[in-house]
Amino acid sequence: MNSSIREHILKALDAGIRFDGRKLDELRKVTVEKNVSKNAEGSARVLIGDTEILAGVKTAVEQPYPDSPEEGNLMVNAELLPLSNSRFEPGPPSEEAIEVARIIDRGIREANTIDRNKLCLTPKEEVWSVMIDVLTINAHGNLIDASAFASIVALLNAKLPKREDGVVNYSELTKESIPLSKNIPITVTVYKIGKHLIVDPLPEEEDVADARLTAAVLEDGSVVAMQKGGEQPITADEILAMASLAQTKSKELRKLL
Amino acid sequence: MALLTKDKSVVVPGEELASGMDYLPTNGTYRDGDKIVAARLGLLHIEGRLLKIIPFSGKYLPKRGDVIIAKVEDITLNGWRCYINSAYSALLNLRDASSEFIAKGADLTRYFTFGDYIVAGITNVTSQNIVDLTLKAPGLKKLGEGRIMHIDPNKMPRVIGKAGSMVNMIKEATDCRISVGQNGIIWIQGSPNNELVAVKSIEKISAESHVPGLTERIKKFLDKELKK
Repeated sequence: MNSSIREHILKALDAGIRFDGRKLDELRKVTVEKNVSKNAEGSARVLIGDTEILAGVKTAVEQPYPDSPEEGNLMVNAELLPLSNSRFEPGPPSEEAIEVARIIDRGIREANTIDRNKLCLTPKEEVWSVMIDVLTINAHGNLIDASAFASIVALLNAKLPKREDGVVNYSELTKESIPLSKNIPITVTVYKIGKHLIVDPLPEEEDVADARLTAAVLEDGSVVAMQKGGEQPITADEILAMASLAQTKSKELRKLL
Repeated sequence: MALLTKDKSVVVPGEELASGMDYLPTNGTYRDGDKIVAARLGLLHIEGRLLKIIPFSGKYLPKRGDVIIAKVEDITLNGWRCYINSAYSALLNLRDASSEFIAKGADLTRYFTFGDYIVAGITNVTSQNIVDLTLKAPGLKKLGEGRIMHIDPNKMPRVIGKAGSMVNMIKEATDCRISVGQNGIIWIQGSPNNELVAVKSIEKISAESHVPGLTERIKKFLDKELKK
């Protein structure tokens, strides 16, 4: 990326102001809309600034994996739609899309958000599969946090469909939610540009960032999953600073659940 | 033999604008038999016998003589390929890039490298939409440190204003250096706070470009924002 734009961003950050006038640790306006899809068991639309994400939860009765015969399955898939940004191409999922999906998956899995034992219908034979699909409607920075947040909102609002005589009737939802524990992870990504740490980056800032650290944080502040990205290394002290910033910011997002 | 719409009216593609041979189709219109039909959504302008549509929005179409801001995307054997916010990319040839002599096999990244922004003039656009750029004219140069913003190229005339009056007003008020390209790319350099005011006012111009009294409103907006 252009080094002169990086220099320019750094100078503004030195003065404590971002390109859009925010402070370094300030989030853009977050808007949450619940159950926007008629056909999904649960869904959410999340806007962070101009970034817009749709997440949907679908369920199906399937065979469990052999290594977890009494647990339901969880699958997360993210699609970066070509219409949401000129950078995205149609075709098989890109590295970026796979990373977004895996970060969301890891947060939910490691937090034990879904009580997967309760999703078991008949051990070794039938379990509920929970599938979360994330679509980018407009990509304008901070896709990871927006996608993860949309997934969690969708999951919290999802209801299992009716099942009679082994047949699932998707047109009728029960009042039964997907069995969840109290561990709801909120994912926050902290970016490092020069010596500055920022959250909720704009595309320009993502392009010039040295490194990023994503943390999935529970309500009590414990970090259950992490992912490091970017070309430059980060020091142990920086990891601590980034994680603690993620903890503070996760509280702000949690209020919007 | 007559005009079917009024001057300055909003027209949609396919709308019949005039019949007979008294009028001539130009930008955004075409002739179909003895009728002139609109090809774009926009405002109809009638200049004598010429019908022209000023489109509300759309991608940039390169035109000879335009001064644009381009981004270096690739380096080839004989020059630099640039992104110009259009469906077509442009080529800056070695001999049009610098008044300096560039030896054969020289390291071209020394002059312009990937991601650099330049203010360039369009010297030629072929029928196949091959676009040639030049830097050999006053005011054409490589841009330094600054921020880039994109707006709809069709709103550019309003941002620039009559003889540059609008952009000069923003420049003076915010003390920013601003370069505007006719392709909708704008480069701004100044103090972080003032830059933000400049960006906001340009966004305001582009959002309210069709509402009369724009200059006055932008002036008030700048005063208000800079007092904060």
